Amino acid sequence: MVDAVLFELLHTEMVAELWAPDSDLDPGPGVSAGRGGRGQRTSLQVLEGVGFRVGQALGERLPREMLAFREELDVLKFLCKDLWGAVFQKQMDSLRTNHQGTYILQDSSFPLLVHVGSGLQYLEEAPKFLAFTCGLLRGTLSTLGIKSLVSASVAALPACKFQVVIERS
Amino acid sequence: MSRQANRGTESKKMSSELFTLTYGALVTQLCKDYENDEDVNKQLDKILCSHFLPRGYNIGVRLIEDFLARSNVGKCHDFRETADVIAKVAFKMYLGITPSITNWSPAGDEFSLILENNPLVDFVELPDNHSSLIYSNLLCGVLRGALEMVQMAVEAKFVQDTLKGDGVTEIRMRFIRRIEDNLPVGEE
Repeated sequence: MVDAVLFELLHTEMVAELWAPDSDLDPGPGVSAGRGGRGQRTSLQVLEGVGFRVGQALGERLPREMLAFREELDVLKFLCKDLWGAVFQKQMDSLRTNHQGTYILQDSSFPLLVHVGSGLQYLEEAPKFLAFTCGLLRGTLSTLGIKSLVSASVAALPACKFQVVIERS
Repeated sequence: MSRQANRGTESKKMSSELFTLTYGALVTQLCKDYENDEDVNKQLDKILCSHFLPRGYNIGVRLIEDFLARSNVGKCHDFRETADVIAKVAFKMYLGITPSITNWSPAGDEFSLILENNPLVDFVELPDNHSSLIYSNLLCGVLRGALEMVQMAVEAKFVQDTLKGDGVTEIRMRFIRRIEDNLPVGEE
């Protein structure tokens, strides 16, 4: 069983790794310097994409009977309790919804922001520490057959809100 | 009743898989980042290795604080004690496995950790064409970074790897020297 602290430490390194432009690569004139596989995607989108893949993989590995949800709200509760519990060893502090497909998930002390700082000082750093988790939520939802848009906002570290908007076809 | 019990087990399993899945996804992303760059592609393994060693080092430097706070392990008096702590306490605490310690050098400055498999890649698919060296480097970096914070300069490297078809995974640990003044290795 892999200890939870390893994920947190890996996440920090992952943000640094996928964020920094690759200054030590210099393949020569006429050749694009690295990161070519990203196309037009921003670093935030790349991090979100990695989180998405992990969320999908996590979802795929859960037994089917555990995922037999009766309604959409049950799925969100699962994210707030079970997924958050597994990933961050705590539950989401609150879940609100307009009952029309938008959900706000609030964490008053998001573990991946705790080491970044508190209050307003590193506010502009916050998004890079939230992108992976947004993708994680979106990826898990996608395995459950739910298409969504997930974004996060921070008013003051380390509290944050995740907004999940279910896309109805 | 049983659904509740299932949830607990599944939660633990998810938690355990999260690290290895994230690691796998990170490697995959890095491979993608460079796949269109022809010159880089030939050196991709080397480049990715060079990325993961310092990342692992950074993780190790912080992990040791967590370890010392949670394990109540006292100061190690020699490399043999260190080996025991690494295998029986640290690996157990963080990866849930206890490697065996073998192949001590006559001088007592080198030993091997034998793991039945590579703990980082239990169920992760390696991107095509890329060696497992990438995965190995993170763990070696962690060991090096953590030990440096307790005043030990060591070298850690994989000499056998189940991912490469070897029967076991073997990490060779070599004691270089004690670090006296809290300065990073190489700065004197």
